[in-house]
Amino acid sequence: MQQGGDFLLSTVKSCALLGIDGRVVDVEVDISNGIPSFDIVGLGDAAVRESRERVRAAIKNSGFEYPVRRITVNLAPANLRKEGSSYDLAVAIGILYASGQLSGFDADKYMFVGELSLDGEIKPVNGALSMAACAQQNGIENLVLPVQNADEAAVVKGVNILPAGHILEVADHLQELNKITPHKVNSENLFSRFDPDAPDFADVKGQDIAKRALEVAASGGHNVLMVGPAGSGKTMLARRLPGILPSLTFEEAIEVTKIYSIAGLLPPGSSLITKRPFRNPHHTISAVGLTGGGKIPKPGEISLSHYGVLFLDELPEFGCEALEALRQPLEDGSVTVARLNASITYPARFMLLCAANPCKCGNYLSGSRECTCSPQSRSRYLGRLSAPLLDRIDIQIEISPVKYTELGCKKRAESSRAIRKRVEKAREIQLKRYRGTGIYSNSQLKPPMIDEFCVLDGAAAELLGKAFESLGLSARAHDRILKVARTIADLDESETIRTCHVAEAMQYRSLDRKLRDL
Amino acid sequence: MFERLKYWIWLASLDSMGPRKMNLLLDMFGDPLNLWHCSPDELKKISFLNENNLNQLADRKRREYSSACLEELKAKGIRVITIRDPEYPELLRHIYDPPAVLFVRGTLHCDEKMIAIVGSRKASAYGAKVAYTLAYKLSKAGFVIISGMAKGIDTQAHRGALEAGGRTVAVLGCGIDNVYPPENRGLAERIVQNGAVASEYLPGSKPMPYNFPARNRIISGMSLGTIVVEAGEKSGSLITAGYALDQGREVFAVPGNIDSMNSVGTNRLIKEGAKPVTDVKDVLEEFGITSDTRHCISGNERANRKATFFPPNLSDEEKILLKCLAEGRQHIDIIAAKCGMDSASISALLTMMELSGFVHQLPGKYFEIDEKLLF
Repeated sequence: MQQGGDFLLSTVKSCALLGIDGRVVDVEVDISNGIPSFDIVGLGDAAVRESRERVRAAIKNSGFEYPVRRITVNLAPANLRKEGSSYDLAVAIGILYASGQLSGFDADKYMFVGELSLDGEIKPVNGALSMAACAQQNGIENLVLPVQNADEAAVVKGVNILPAGHILEVADHLQELNKITPHKVNSENLFSRFDPDAPDFADVKGQDIAKRALEVAASGGHNVLMVGPAGSGKTMLARRLPGILPSLTFEEAIEVTKIYSIAGLLPPGSSLITKRPFRNPHHTISAVGLTGGGKIPKPGEISLSHYGVLFLDELPEFGCEALEALRQPLEDGSVTVARLNASITYPARFMLLCAANPCKCGNYLSGSRECTCSPQSRSRYLGRLSAPLLDRIDIQIEISPVKYTELGCKKRAESSRAIRKRVEKAREIQLKRYRGTGIYSNSQLKPPMIDEFCVLDGAAAELLGKAFESLGLSARAHDRILKVARTIADLDESETIRTCHVAEAMQYRSLDRKLRDL
Repeated sequence: MFERLKYWIWLASLDSMGPRKMNLLLDMFGDPLNLWHCSPDELKKISFLNENNLNQLADRKRREYSSACLEELKAKGIRVITIRDPEYPELLRHIYDPPAVLFVRGTLHCDEKMIAIVGSRKASAYGAKVAYTLAYKLSKAGFVIISGMAKGIDTQAHRGALEAGGRTVAVLGCGIDNVYPPENRGLAERIVQNGAVASEYLPGSKPMPYNFPARNRIISGMSLGTIVVEAGEKSGSLITAGYALDQGREVFAVPGNIDSMNSVGTNRLIKEGAKPVTDVKDVLEEFGITSDTRHCISGNERANRKATFFPPNLSDEEKILLKCLAEGRQHIDIIAAKCGMDSASISALLTMMELSGFVHQLPGKYFEIDEKLLF
C-alpha cells in the first residue's frame, strides 16, 4: 500500500479462468479525491460491473467505512475478458486495504476469490480447484475462498486453503486477530471410498456377448456403437461401462474435477471426482452444448466426459452438426473454442458409446413386436450416420433382447470389479508398449503404427484375407479389426495376434457385413 | 428379319393400347407389317380402336424411330421376342392378354418349367429365408424360378435359384435397361448370365406404378404355379395370385403367424383355397414330381439330418456347436451357454465356422447351420 498525499493505492490478487486453467489477476484499487464514484475497468462483464453494488453494501454492512471518494478498480491484465462474481472479495479487500482499514499483511502472499452478498457473507464460486492450482503454480502461499469451495481446492498441495464465510473473518485473519486454520483433506481416502450405488455388471443377467464386447472396448479405449431394438438393454449396459474402466489416477481426477468445478457441476461437499464421469446428453443437444463454448464459455458434454464415457443414446436422432462436431475432438482429445479475443482449449479425452435402434420404429429384430418400417426406411435410418463418424467407432455390437430364462443356466453374472481387473491388466500392457510414442491405448493407433504393433501370425493373416473375400466386409473395417484384435490379444496377454483374436474381432463389425436378411 | 422387327417395335411403342387390343389387331392383320400398311380409313372401321389409338397408330409411324430403337437395343444386347417367335414362352402365349413383344436380356426357352415365387417387398427374416430356401430347392429340382426382382422376397427368390446353380427369370415393370430397384443392379447381371431379365415395356420406360400389376400377369402367366411367400393385407403379390387363378395355374401360399402383418395375405389365400406350402414337397407333388427326393426331404427328416450331419475333420468344439445349432437358429449368448463356452471363444469359433461355410450369421447376432450343407 502506498499512501502519499491525497491518493491511496493497493494491489491484491485474484484469479481468472481460461479454459480449465487459472490465471492471476491483479486487482488494483485507487482511491483519490474527487466527486464520489466507483468504477471497475479491465474488460469485466455485467456481473463484474455489478460487483460495485455488492462490494459497497458488503463493506458498509460489515461495520467498515465505505470511502466516499473517487474509487477506481483495475483488473489487470486489462486485455483479458473477465466474467462472473468471483472478484467481489478481492475488490472489497483491496478497498479496505487502500483506505487503510486493513493493514499489516503481505498482499502478494494472498489470493482472494469469492462472491459477496450484501451483508458481507462470502458465497461459492466456480473453478476453485483451477484457482488453487494457479495459486500454487505462481507461488502464492494463501488462498482465501468461500467455505463451500474449500474441499475441492484443498486437493492441491502447497497452498494454504483458508475458507471464509464472511468478510469479517477474512479481515480478522489478515489482522491476525483470529486466524483461520488451513483446510486439509486426505485425498488418498477419497479414492478408497467404495461406492455401493454404482451400477454393476453383476445386475445384468445374460447379454454375455455385449458384456464381452464392452470389456474389449474398455480395455483398448475403443469407441462403441450398440444397435438393438428398444428395450433390449442398451442403456442398462451403457451405464455400467464406467465401472469397468481402470480407476482414475490422482492427476486424472484433478483434471476432471477442474472441469466440473469450472462448469459449476461439482456436487456440494465433494472435493475430488474420483469416479469416471458418465454423461448422457439428450439428443436435442446443440453442437455448442456438446463441444463447449457459448458467450460465457463453458465446457461442453465432451469435456464433462473427459476420462470417462460420453453416451449418446438414439444416435441417429442427434443433429448432424452436433455429431460432426465430435470428429475433431475424437482425434485430438481436446476441443478448442475460439472466442472474441482468446481461444480456450478444454480437454476432451472420452470414450464414445453410442446406441441406436435398428430402425425408426425400433422393433426390427425385437422378436416380440413387429417392425412397421419399409426396407427403404430401415436402410435409411442407420445410413444417416456419416462415414467419418463411423470410422472413429471401432466396435459395433448388436444387442438382442434375449430372455435370461432362455439361457437356461443359473450362472452368476460376473461383477464389474472382476472385469475391471482384466481391463486394468490389458491397459498396463498397452501403456508399457506405447511408452514414448505419444499414445496410450490401442484405439489411438494410426496406420503406420498399426503395421508396427499389430503383428499377425501367419494363420491369422490368412484368415483375415479370407474373411474379406467371403464375408463381404468393407475395406474400412480392416484397420478396425486389427486394432480390436490387438486389444483382444492384450486381454489374452499374447504379444502376437493369433487366429482366435482376429476371429473374435470380426464379430464386433457386424454392421459392415451385408447380412442376408437385412 | 431385322426389317420385320421394326414393325413389332412400332407396335410395342403404342402405349395407348392394352395387350388385349394389340392381340386382336394381330389376329386381324396377322403381322404388324400389314397393320402398318393399312390406310387410316380402314383403321377407322375397326370398332374397338378409339381416337387415341388411331392418332397414335399414325403418329408413331416413323421408320427411323424404330430403326434407331433397334440399333440401340442391339448395342445394349437386348433381344426382341415376339408372340410369333418359337422362343416365346409357351405358357405365356395361352393367357388372356399375352404381351405382343418381350424385350429380353439373357436366354428364354419356350418349354421351361417355371415356378413363380413372389411376396412382399417388406419381407421379414422368416419370409426371406423361406423364399431363399424354396427357390434353392425348387431350382435343384429342375425348376426355373421366376419373380419380379423387387426388394425383399423377390430378391431372395432369385438369389436362392442362383446359389443353387439354377436358372431364374426376372420380369420387370420398367424398361429392362433400367434396373429397379437400383441396388439390384448386380443381381440383374447375374440373372442375365443364368436366365433372363424380361419386360414388355420399351427400353427406357420408367417404372410407373401401374406397370407393376400388369407385369404380374406375365410372372404368373409364364409359370406353372405361383408361390406367395409373404403378403400383407394389400400386397401386389396377391394380384399375382389372382392372375394365376384366372390363368388356371396353381396358387401356393406359405403360412405364417396369424398375428404377423406380413402373413395376413398369405393366410387368407390359404383360407380361400390356395395350397399351403410347408415343404418343397408340397409344390413338387402338385406337379407329380416325387422321384428326386434328394432335395425334398421332409421337416422331420431335415431335423434328423441336421443332428447327424457332420462334415469330416471337425474338432470336438465344432461338433458340439453344430449339434447345438441343429435345434435351429439361436442367439450367440444361448449358443455359448449351451456349448459351455465363454463369449470370446464362441465368437471366434463362430467366425471360423462361418468362414468355412458351415454356419450362417443373421442380423441380431443369430446363427444357423447353412441350409446348403444339408443337401
